[in-house]
Amino acid sequence: MAMVEVRGLEKHFVRRAAPWGRPTRVTAVDGFDLSIEEGEIVGLVGESGSGKTTAGRCLLRLVEPSAGSFAFRGEDVFAMPPARLRQARRQMQMVFQDPESSLDPRMRAGAIVEEGLVIHGLGTPAERRGRVREMLELVGLDANRADRYPHEFSGGERQRLGLARALALAPSFLVADEPVSSLDLSIQAQIVNLFMDLQQQLGLTLLFITHDLRLVRHLCNRVVVMHRGRTVGAGPAADVDRLWGQISTGEPAGSDLEFRSPPDRRAAEFEI
Amino acid sequence: MEANARDNTLLDVRALAVEFAAPRRGLRASIGRAPRAGVRVVDGVSLHIARGETLGLVGESGSGKSMTALALAGLVPKPGRIAGGTVRFEGRELTSLREAEWRRIRGARIGFVFQEPSSALNPVFTIGSQVAEALEVHGRASGSAARARAVELLDAVRIPRPAARADDYPHQWSGGMKQRALLAAAIACDPALLIADEPTTALDVRIQAEILDLLAELRDRLGLSLLVVTHDFGVVERLADRVAVMYAGRAVESGPAREVLAAPSHPYTRGLLASRPGATPGRRLAAIPGSVPDPAALPRGCAFAPRCPERIEACDERRPGATAIAPGREVRCLLREGTA
Ligand SMILES: Nc1ncnc2c1ncn2[C@@H]1O[C@H](COP(=O)(O)OP(=O)(O)OP(=O)(O)O)[C@@H](O)[C@H]1O
Ligand SMILES: Nc1ncnc2c1ncn2[C@@H]1O[C@H](COP(=O)(O)OP(=O)(O)OP(=O)(O)O)[C@@H](O)[C@H]1O
Ligand SMILES: [Mg+2]
Ligand SMILES: [Mg+2]
Repeated sequence: MAMVEVRGLEKHFVRRAAPWGRPTRVTAVDGFDLSIEEGEIVGLVGESGSGKTTAGRCLLRLVEPSAGSFAFRGEDVFAMPPARLRQARRQMQMVFQDPESSLDPRMRAGAIVEEGLVIHGLGTPAERRGRVREMLELVGLDANRADRYPHEFSGGERQRLGLARALALAPSFLVADEPVSSLDLSIQAQIVNLFMDLQQQLGLTLLFITHDLRLVRHLCNRVVVMHRGRTVGAGPAADVDRLWGQISTGEPAGSDLEFRSPPDRRAAEFEI
Repeated sequence: MEANARDNTLLDVRALAVEFAAPRRGLRASIGRAPRAGVRVVDGVSLHIARGETLGLVGESGSGKSMTALALAGLVPKPGRIAGGTVRFEGRELTSLREAEWRRIRGARIGFVFQEPSSALNPVFTIGSQVAEALEVHGRASGSAARARAVELLDAVRIPRPAARADDYPHQWSGGMKQRALLAAAIACDPALLIADEPTTALDVRIQAEILDLLAELRDRLGLSLLVVTHDFGVVERLADRVAVMYAGRAVESGPAREVLAAPSHPYTRGLLASRPGATPGRRLAAIPGSVPDPAALPRGCAFAPRCPERIEACDERRPGATAIAPGREVRCLLREGTA
């Protein structure tokens, strides 16, 4: 069995058009399948709004999935009780697409990177400080800036701060949501090299969410294509153009999930 | 030709500087009570944009691209401030404007797209009302007309079913959708200048292409001028007439986009372009070794010298001035001085 086995993941949100409006159901993920072998880097691509971020957040249970299963090394993550889930999060980390809103504005950079280590009771304070410096430098940030607040960094620096935080725990499975989208080519290259090193040296398993097909070809072993909430294709990373081409013909760009004619059994739950 | 180009100038920025009060660093600073000198994150940047022209601004993460863009729209966050230079826009000096005057220009004559859309959208108002507000504050439309126009704008940026989705709140939209919402608000009042900070980072290739087409169409139809901050050379290639490259707060190279991409002159620009993912999957990429200097502790000479493969001794001593190496092309590098 693969390290990561996701079957039939679904996520529905309840949406109210206005505070007085009738609640309707929005389907963000609707049949997402994924399997990743230990030590593999898998790219996840799909149109804007196709459900990539929501799927990633469901895997770590940052939002509760509506249906489906996720076996991590054979253990059902969606059935884990809270205490076990907290433990498991040491192994599974996420880099968020939107660094601005995922970094606590009242915490200094160093404390943000250290937080996971504190939560999991790892290391002495001195060891943790050393680890923080090491992580900041790993992502190309000056360790002397550890006492700064997130808003005192540039967009790309904040993005790397989020990466440093996720890597501090040395997770075995990382979900990285557009982790290099705000970086110039040279720093992007450093981070891509870093992912390759972590894969080779520590056997990191990575789900790499991106819209950059060139990076998929360069970095990933395999690629999974998502369309309107579901997995519609998977294959070797070298085939990414062909797989991508299949979804992007014949329809207007950005056609979203709710617009699709729903399967009969759920028709009533969809918004018109 | 020179005079002609000048007549047509929409934006003319000279020697712009942006400074932050230096951060307190641990005990030493508080014990010493040293006066807190400013840290310059933008230092002597000059650029100009003609009507209908697109300038691409590229460069190292942390090099001051966003601060430059924010300064041009009167949006430098406190405790930062414009510490020098002039910004002329439509013949008016902007650096001395008061906030009330800024509010008449920003949104109406200068549209702005922030790098991080979530921070620019208000979480408690619907997306549609925020786009409509852009029209209402400048008296372009109100009430249901503003709302109808907002839906049209969301449609123009390829939001599916815009009428229904206009009632959503920002957290209900994906990253790329929020990015497009900001763009819709920024172009709502047909500004003369659109400043867009990484406007397509969260977009898939297809929607990105459509957004670039939309911007090109606005340029052709309305004579819109664009300042696009981007790390994506594909965007530069498709959209920009000229490009400026920043490193450590300074513009180290500028010129016609095609020429700079085809034959970069500054060693930093060369290194940057060499870092593109290449043809061999799985191979380590050629990142520029070393890291960006802390703006609070810049080297005395050329800021890129410590990482430069072509460094000579003089580079550590003297800051390079701007050298014209071809018509419309400038480089700040000692090795290129005297080659013109
Ligand atoms: N909390 C929420 N409430 C309602 N709808 C939501 C919520 N979060 C996401 N959605 C919707 O679910 C769909 C998928 O969003 P998601 O953020 O997962 O897309 P994505 O593939 O990551 O897009 P992008 O590439 O633009 O980041 C979108 O239509 C979005 O508006
Ligand atoms: N509030 C602040 N206080 C102090 N320094 C700041 C503040 N905001 C930004 N900086 C610093 O100013 C410099 C320029 O930042 P800016 O956001 O302009 O960079 P950028 O070129 O846009 O980078 P990126 O490509 O990562 O977005 C960076 O070194 C950053 O750390
Ligand atoms: Mg996303
Ligand atoms: Mg920036």
